[in-house]
Amino acid sequence: MSPALELRTLRCVRGERLLFDGVSALVPAGQMLRVLGANGSGKTSLLRMICGLARPTRGEILWLGQPIAELREDFNTRLIYLGHAPALKDELSALENLRASSGLAGQPCSTEDAATALAQAGLRGREHLPTRLLSQGQRKRASLARLALGAAASLWVLDEPFNALDDAACSWLQGLIGAQLGRGGVVVLTSHQGLVWEATPPQVTLTLRAPEATPKVQATIAG
Amino acid sequence: MSTTGSENTMSEGRLATPLRGETPGLLQGMRHVFARDLRVVLRRRADATAALMFFIIVVSLFPLGVGPEPQLLRTMAAGVVWVAALLASMLSLTRLFTDDHHDGTLEQLLLAATPLPLLVLAKMAVHWLTSGLLLALISPLLALQFDLSPRATAVLVGSLVLGTPLLSLIGGIGAALTVGVRGAGVLLSLLVLPLVVPVLIFGAGAVAASEGGFGFSAHFSLLGAMLVLALFLAPLATAAALRIAME
Repeated sequence: MSPALELRTLRCVRGERLLFDGVSALVPAGQMLRVLGANGSGKTSLLRMICGLARPTRGEILWLGQPIAELREDFNTRLIYLGHAPALKDELSALENLRASSGLAGQPCSTEDAATALAQAGLRGREHLPTRLLSQGQRKRASLARLALGAAASLWVLDEPFNALDDAACSWLQGLIGAQLGRGGVVVLTSHQGLVWEATPPQVTLTLRAPEATPKVQATIAG
Repeated sequence: MSTTGSENTMSEGRLATPLRGETPGLLQGMRHVFARDLRVVLRRRADATAALMFFIIVVSLFPLGVGPEPQLLRTMAAGVVWVAALLASMLSLTRLFTDDHHDGTLEQLLLAATPLPLLVLAKMAVHWLTSGLLLALISPLLALQFDLSPRATAVLVGSLVLGTPLLSLIGGIGAALTVGVRGAGVLLSLLVLPLVVPVLIFGAGAVAASEGGFGFSAHFSLLGAMLVLALFLAPLATAAALRIAME
């Protein structure tokens, strides 16, 4: 079975520092790629590369055997990326935010669908409040509600999705991830090691380590 | 996405097929951005109002400072209004992408199903509606202070309606280049103001030419030509700048 997502010898350089080099992974459909590593080891950079927001200094990323750089908008309709920032407009309600972000991603949803997703996220009764009035955890839930509508997207890329969530929200999110993997989708995420899964999903683990011998990049580029 | 081989499993077939079986319309993505940005501006009116008040005050200071000499005021009216309009639109330009950058929605724009230049164009349209168009609409009132004739006032409004979209379009390139830069406001003005000098010359020049009896059609044609060119090129340049800035 050919892999859904393939990372080929990726190298990431930020400024003059080499963050990681030679990172490769094969992720079959229905599996999770868990990215581990210390703070500053390039987890977020790797996730941004997988989305196509940043280009790897070397190497390439393939989705169903095709380089993502060639797929662009076609790839974007299959992708949900949730980064550190919740991507919510403070002035708009959770409902308006959710409808706009799903619509932009090419996965439009009706008001009823959006309200249902927000209710599942535990925001029933707060759908119409401007999101600046929500707490940190509630904002995170509002942002994650996109995943409840995200069945059309076969690749989820989540940067620290469990941060700021309480136990109830954690198990809700684990359920969503489990369902996505069950549908044959792929989930890429970073999370703290301490997280306890109710049912450990099939996964590939990738640990990022800075190459020790080459603190400066110039040497490697010259070589 | 048609090159999935025969050895693929069912689940991979599902990965390759869009669920709704249709590509989203280009206009749909633009509509979402347009509606969202317009809502944000309408709910935070302070910013748009501040730029408008700045425009009114700057224009009103000139008659007070220069003195009540009707001929002198008539001569300088168009130039003063145009320069004030340039500065006022710079005020709101800094926010065009920085807010989106801070709250993470800019990354989502880059990952949208609609090509980025079209989304950028929608954002610029909102910026123009809530800055340039307002300035153009309020300018007849300000022209009264300069004793402009009705005909010259009409030409001034026309030149602003044609010219201020250019400020949003060209300014958008600068705003994209300075996304995430500290002290972006000053840098943005330094980048953009020299680029909009032709707009200023032909915009203010239209009024002078009309008053001098030469007719303003040549000036309007040039402004229109610049507008068409910018409508096509500025979104592409802005999108490219945003991709570089976000890497």
